[in-house]
Amino acid sequence: MVAELLQFLVSGLTVGAVYALVALGFTLIYNASDVVNFAQGEFVMLGGMVTVFATAAGVPLPLAAFLAVLATVAVGLLLHRLAIEPARGASAVTLIIITIGASIFLRGVAQVAFDKRFHQLPGFSGSDPIPLLGAAILPQSFWVLGGAVLIFLGLWLFLERTLAGKAVRATAANRLAARLVGVDTAKVLALSFGVSAGIGAAAGVLVTPITLTSYDVGTLLALKGFAAAMLGGMGSPLGAVVGGLMVGLLEALGAGYVSSAYKDAVAFLVIVAVLFALPQGLFGRSGVERV
Amino acid sequence: MRGRLSARHTTLLGLALVIAAVPWFFPSAYYFRVAALVWVSGLAAVGLQVLMGQAGQVSLGHAGFLGLGAYACALGPKLTGLPVLACLPLGAVLSGLIAFVVGRPILRLRGHTLAVATLGFGMLVTMVLTGENGLTGGPDGIRIPRVELFGWRVRGAETWYWIAGGALWLGVWLALNLQDSPSGRALAALHDSEVAARTLGVDVARHKLRAFVVAAVYASVAGSLLGMMNGFVTPDAAGFLSSIEYVTMVVIGGSASVPGAVVGAALLVLLPQALTVFHEYEHALLGLMIMLFMIFLRQGILPGLAGLLAGRCLGAPKPVASAGARA
Amino acid sequence: MQVPALLRRVLLAGAALALATPAGAQRSGEPIRVGAVLSVTGPASFLGDPEDKTLRLYVNRINGAGGVNGRQLQLTVYDDGGDANRARTFATRLVEDDKVVAMVGGTTTGATLAMRPVFEDARVPFISLAGGVEIVEPPQPYTFKTPHTDRMACEKIFADLRARGLSRVGMISGTDGFGASMRGQCLRVAQAAGVTVVAEESYGPRDSDMTPQLTRIRNAERVEAVVNAGFGQGPAIVTRNHAQLGIRTPLYQSHGVASREFISLATPQAAEGVRLPAAALLVAEQLPEADPQRRVVLDYKTAFEKEFNQPVSTFGGHAYDGLMILVEALKRANSTDGTRLRDAIRATRGFVGTGGVVNMSASDHMGLDLSAFRMVEVRGGDWRLVGN
Repeated sequence: MVAELLQFLVSGLTVGAVYALVALGFTLIYNASDVVNFAQGEFVMLGGMVTVFATAAGVPLPLAAFLAVLATVAVGLLLHRLAIEPARGASAVTLIIITIGASIFLRGVAQVAFDKRFHQLPGFSGSDPIPLLGAAILPQSFWVLGGAVLIFLGLWLFLERTLAGKAVRATAANRLAARLVGVDTAKVLALSFGVSAGIGAAAGVLVTPITLTSYDVGTLLALKGFAAAMLGGMGSPLGAVVGGLMVGLLEALGAGYVSSAYKDAVAFLVIVAVLFALPQGLFGRSGVERV
Repeated sequence: MRGRLSARHTTLLGLALVIAAVPWFFPSAYYFRVAALVWVSGLAAVGLQVLMGQAGQVSLGHAGFLGLGAYACALGPKLTGLPVLACLPLGAVLSGLIAFVVGRPILRLRGHTLAVATLGFGMLVTMVLTGENGLTGGPDGIRIPRVELFGWRVRGAETWYWIAGGALWLGVWLALNLQDSPSGRALAALHDSEVAARTLGVDVARHKLRAFVVAAVYASVAGSLLGMMNGFVTPDAAGFLSSIEYVTMVVIGGSASVPGAVVGAALLVLLPQALTVFHEYEHALLGLMIMLFMIFLRQGILPGLAGLLAGRCLGAPKPVASAGARA
Repeated sequence: MQVPALLRRVLLAGAALALATPAGAQRSGEPIRVGAVLSVTGPASFLGDPEDKTLRLYVNRINGAGGVNGRQLQLTVYDDGGDANRARTFATRLVEDDKVVAMVGGTTTGATLAMRPVFEDARVPFISLAGGVEIVEPPQPYTFKTPHTDRMACEKIFADLRARGLSRVGMISGTDGFGASMRGQCLRVAQAAGVTVVAEESYGPRDSDMTPQLTRIRNAERVEAVVNAGFGQGPAIVTRNHAQLGIRTPLYQSHGVASREFISLATPQAAEGVRLPAAALLVAEQLPEADPQRRVVLDYKTAFEKEFNQPVSTFGGHAYDGLMILVEALKRANSTDGTRLRDAIRATRGFVGTGGVVNMSASDHMGLDLSAFRMVEVRGGDWRLVGN
């Protein structure tokens, strides 16, 4: 019984960590612009695919992973520079549709630049499962969980301790006020796109040994990550992490104890129920609407 | 006041002319098929425009209602023995009811809770449609019986073109009337500022709920038409990706404009047909064009173009599109 | 942007119409127009992509060798993105606008069923590449298919299970069209095959961890084998999770993953011992010299792998079979008239394809029997023929 529960929990936490990282990416960009970036899933795809193709070309894995994150950050910055910045001042929903266009575009380019097949990466520390209280856990799960914790800590330090991070937080709290005290909010948005892309790519690298990857892996991740971000409270980094882990756990426990056919329904029913009780999400700001 | 009325009539007359005139240019039944798809998608988009443009709410599961409408026509005759056509109102009533039940508690909350709730609703519909193989045919889809009207079998792309065109025209007429009604003006106020509208004594939740129910009914009718036209439906019709597609139609056409929704639908139906010649570059180009449209016509195509025209030749009549939404 | 392009098409089509000879009678010297609607992208691109590549490769080769009946083949491929509604539109376009004489395609069962009325109404032969039984049962006048049905895959798996003395099965399937259809067929034929399905689980098309489902199956009472119906990355993950959890019972996959790619995705260690029913294509080199299929499958495998530098899969093979059946029928009929072509396809006897030896008739629009499937097992990182 304990073994079973532990197995479900590890499964849920591993998958949930990925959702959490995607949700974190959503949150950063949302805070800087009210935009839900639907191309966030494509960042995860790029991280995984670039690593796969770089290692296949003979680049050692750590370097390939680094290159992948770098390349994705570049894509994120370009996306901001070429598509979001020119539409500055447009409504949030217009910008959201631009990101939907970007997501279709990136997927379309990936299917030509890479290919349409599935790809895998070897586990960073092999693939022999580690027995733990009767459950069997892949070493890669620890990489994913550890990586997610490191990324979250790094982001936290960045937001709390650096000037740029403080500008990001100021922008999130009140864009107009931030601008008045001299924060370049356009730069903050560019920075958010870069960091979000980096986080997404890192997630892609970490998780590919478990989930495999392909050019269209991003769509569903974006969907789940979005739900996670809403559950946690759009705009709250802590909420994104908790929301992501919760969605992952709900799916795994739903599949394990209720019904695998309706595990996604279980997750969404809980999300909707939570939002009834807490309309701003678990950790959301209680927004004051401007008149 | 008079200017707006005439704008409404111009739109309706223009739409009727387009529907009546384009078949002159059609060399084959394939063009009727594509145009009929434009009208049907346009109908769903116009409904969504009422919700998005007029009530300022986003539905990310709108295709779920389309799915309900289509599957009502597939399952209705099988389960109840009713004629296929009777399932169109049946699906519409069902969708309206569901929207009412889901929307009533949710729309009392502020923010984008409706987006998540509808996202969940859409997923639930898709899940049931794919999961309950015995009833719905599962992911491989299900056949919808041919429509019979007084012993006459409705078939052929051309027939469906006229039916879909008529339905769209009625839908646009209703949506424009709604926009001009007291309720529509209340919605417009609410779109600008919810707090302000509330202070003025507008029952915000009730108006939002009405818009949501209207949008659901439109989508369901469009789904029924699509199903009957195809004679077949699969759960993809209700999926997340098609929901996103309808939202894109509304925004790209101009979310403040009823006819804009039709233009957006036309664009998203026609683009893949035209881009297919680029084979493997099709998707990259589609994404690129969506981005370009939104960057350069950020209000949406119709209001954007109207704005450009008005800017270029001074004294041009006020654009049809953006006139309606703002009181 | 859009309107001028369409207008130009309209004008062009109008001009073409004015010049054209009466419909249906494509003259000699003109190319023979063949259509295809495939899921080149979208959730079924794992199937549609090799189909697309195969059709293009072989149409080029056929044309390079002088075409069919002295005429070139002209192939038009549309991508439905896995969406049945879009497939239907493209089917109409092929029939009404491109005036194709036959269609090879329809990657998924859903798309095939959505398109079928278009081709039946226009009396244009339609050779589907999808697995579902309902495509040809009951047979429709103009619709054919090349892949084995999922029912046959179930029967083959169950027969192998019984031969090993096993009968209690835990079933796990994808919720996509392929997985759900095969699941249904397996449940239907289980009893007749003497097999009891004691546990049943499913996973979504993009799920990345199936340990909860497999844990449930493992805990079910006396499960003797696990059967996975699905295609794409799902079965690879099921195989990995099956090994991760240390489940000892044999694992059966479906013909949906019959490709060497599956072994590398699932990792050779985890895939060791996995069995599945597959077409001869998968074990081309291991076929005995006398096997009638040996030459055909080796040729196809060599040509495909040389051109695209990726392992062949069953699905590309289905497209090869469909195109070749059509080409032979075109030669026999020496006509592009729909009904005569249909009759010629229906008269296909002893056609040796990658999927098996095809014998069609008025009541059998697929023409394969259980002998077309070979049971193969992963051993040492490659597929090996099992017994019989």
